[in-house]
Amino acid sequence: MKFGIVISEGPYTHQAADTAYHFVKSAIAKGHEVARVFFYHDGVNVSSRLTVPPQDERHIQNNWTTLAKEHGVDLVVCIAAAQRRGLLDENEAKRQGKDASNIAEGFRISGLGQLIEMGIQTDRLVTFGD
Amino acid sequence: MSEIKKFLYVNRKAPYGTIYALESLEVVLIGAAFDQDVSLAFLDDGVFQLTKGQNTDGIGIKNFSPTFRALGDYEVTKLFVEQESLDERGLTADDLQEVMYEDEDDDWAEKPSIRIVSRSEMADIMADQDVVLSF
Repeated sequence: MKFGIVISEGPYTHQAADTAYHFVKSAIAKGHEVARVFFYHDGVNVSSRLTVPPQDERHIQNNWTTLAKEHGVDLVVCIAAAQRRGLLDENEAKRQGKDASNIAEGFRISGLGQLIEMGIQTDRLVTFGD
Repeated sequence: MSEIKKFLYVNRKAPYGTIYALESLEVVLIGAAFDQDVSLAFLDDGVFQLTKGQNTDGIGIKNFSPTFRALGDYEVTKLFVEQESLDERGLTADDLQEVMYEDEDDDWAEKPSIRIVSRSEMADIMADQDVVLSF
């Protein structure tokens, strides 16, 4: 089966990004396809490469970056939600005249159309949120 | 992408206090460009999103409630509001703003987009969808 995933709550405050991570790993291990993961609302905060949790805690952003590398999962961060919350990739930082960018490797910034497209193109869309 | 799917956007949160309602509406507006079969559901505190006479001057947050009245222009014409959620909050249909659309299959007659449905009807509407996005 082809899955699309939505993560709509922020890391560490909420378990959504963790549960989604375990779901995606399990789905892939069982031979399913995860076409895309879309980060929306506070979920966009998962993509900050400046995330530094204590060493004895899971590293949510690293987990996703590794998953993207190993399985080619498309991690898309909503641009409107990201910019509201101070998350910029290099291009956007330049365009907005900001002195830094902070999107982690494996994530890409794009529009809400990617969420709708994912709903159209997958068999199941699964939301992890509140 | 010729396949048309039934999309339902479920709005469960009050319009202000959290960003869910606004960011849901942003998805609806972008999604309208994809020519899918779109419905919106309003339940729990989500019914407050459609109340009329909203004034956000005191909280310094944009009042986005007029945007709902523009949905008809985007061919988003099915706004289902749950009766029980209204009742539980002391609201009636009269407390909701008027949202109209022009029906192209009926000589562009103006018709109300808001339809009040019972909780069990809402369950049927949800069961009938291909994609449910909950906010």
